[in-house]
Amino acid sequence: MTPRIVVSLKVVPKPEEVSLNPETRTLDRAGAENVLNPPDKNALEVALGLKDTHGGTVTLVSMGPPLFKDYLELCLGMGADQAILLSDRLFAGADTYPTSLTLARAIQKLGGYDLVICGEESADASTGQVPPGLAEWLGVPQITFVDEVRVQGDTVIARRALGSSYEVLEAEMPAVVSVVVGSNEPRFPDFDRVEAAAKSGWVKVWTAAELGLRDDEVGLKGSYTIVHDLVEGEPVERKRHFLQGSLEEKIRALAEALEPFLRP
Amino acid sequence: MKPEWPEDAHRGLWVYLEQQGTLLPVGHELLGKGRELADELGESLTAIILGHGIGDLGREAIRYGADEVLVVDHPLLEGYTTDGHAKVMAQLIEERKPNILLFGATYDGRDLAGRLAVRLSTGLTANATRLEVDREKGLLLSAVPGFGGSILAIIKSEHGRPQMSTVRPGIFAPLEPDDTRKGQIETVAVDLRPEEIRCRVVERSVLPREEIGSAERTLVAGMGTGGDLALLEELASLLEASIGVTRPLVDNGVAGRERQVGSTGVSLRSKLAIVLGASGASHFVSGLRDVGTVVAINTDENAPIFDEADVCVIGDLFELLPPLIERLEKAKMGMA
Repeated sequence: MTPRIVVSLKVVPKPEEVSLNPETRTLDRAGAENVLNPPDKNALEVALGLKDTHGGTVTLVSMGPPLFKDYLELCLGMGADQAILLSDRLFAGADTYPTSLTLARAIQKLGGYDLVICGEESADASTGQVPPGLAEWLGVPQITFVDEVRVQGDTVIARRALGSSYEVLEAEMPAVVSVVVGSNEPRFPDFDRVEAAAKSGWVKVWTAAELGLRDDEVGLKGSYTIVHDLVEGEPVERKRHFLQGSLEEKIRALAEALEPFLRP
Repeated sequence: MKPEWPEDAHRGLWVYLEQQGTLLPVGHELLGKGRELADELGESLTAIILGHGIGDLGREAIRYGADEVLVVDHPLLEGYTTDGHAKVMAQLIEERKPNILLFGATYDGRDLAGRLAVRLSTGLTANATRLEVDREKGLLLSAVPGFGGSILAIIKSEHGRPQMSTVRPGIFAPLEPDDTRKGQIETVAVDLRPEEIRCRVVERSVLPREEIGSAERTLVAGMGTGGDLALLEELASLLEASIGVTRPLVDNGVAGRERQVGSTGVSLRSKLAIVLGASGASHFVSGLRDVGTVVAINTDENAPIFDEADVCVIGDLFELLPPLIERLEKAKMGMA
């Protein structure tokens, strides 16, 4: 079988570059550099690797503002075949419930798929809830937190990386898998292809209406969770006692500080 | 369209407990915090245990704070599967209508909760580090660390029941187990057929899952270690400490995600944490908030980690550690 693969991905601000505006109590992302969500790059690499082996197609689906287009073009340059950007003001403020619904509708509209590959979680919200939510909307099995994916006939076999242990699961496709960050080395884009994608407008844009979704099903209105408040974490006061002297003196002082924690 | 839930028809706080023959430590933590919240709401605390050959785990849940335990024991629930556990949980929830449901933010807890939220059309908050309730409205307020961990977003779900959160391991303290606590254990029969479980387990490793969040002593490696943990492992075995790492080391494949300390990883609750070669990014230090004593070793005297440490050592860890290990070995032998 030549699998029809869909990769769901997003763009995130670098987490360390986002701050809280204490007056408006909103997140200030203006100064933050955007990047492709790191585990999503690993998900794309898994998809492209499967395409190298089995043939088939890789379609990108992403929900976000128009600025995502450049990043999707980079992914097309890496070898994806087509890209759909789900972009509509109505999508703003979505929690994982309408996000997974919107992605699911787009995937169903593609006209047939075998495997959906997501990153394990986003680097900004880190919920990891979209892949299982997506699988539920699509009514297909899910294998989350995987670091290895194989396709054999119409079966997907994937290894869940569960910290110090693991499990290998298999399921009939169609199915959804989510890939852990760092599980492979994403390939470099072919910049001629990136340029071609940009020039010829390979990224298609779909709106809520094109997905047949009403305004109360998407974005903030379609969300169950709402932000009640944003607060700054309370600072923890530490002693900040600097050990002084030569290397040897520091080692002696440190050993003394640690001895109470030793057990015979 | 959101279904209109008669919200006040939903009562009780449930905790989903994972087990591998014994309850996972995060389960004890959920029972401890759940007990407090249930008392505040004036509702009961129910533990849910799914598996096969569950034995005495229901009693254990009661000792740790549950009023009631629902046990579902079925051969097809031996070992976690999404389809098996989601079907049974959805059935229990639809029949009994809890107000609040908490999961550990573990691999399987997150896998299950994410699926159930859509099936039940309800809200789900991820990786909560603080939980409060609004008694008047019966609302759960879950605080989740936002960007960098310096910001807490307080999340609520006014519509949709149960109100669900996954809870980060290592945050809440379990109660002291009390053998005299009374509670009810109910065994619930379910109809589950093999063809309903669409993922087949090909292979499953039986290694225990180490949870660094509940370790008493922890060493945390940053990029300054260059990913070389040999010396840290020596010191760790001497101190009987677990090893955690910062996010870049996980991203570089030096250690698994389960060892990542910080706002998107594990929060430590250890009495001692020694942080080696980590500069102290805010999303990392948020994982040190509940540590008793923080020792930081770094070559850069201006590293922000020193603002977050009790004992600060400016120096090269590769020079410091070998003689330190030697000294501590001697001290330990002297104690024997």
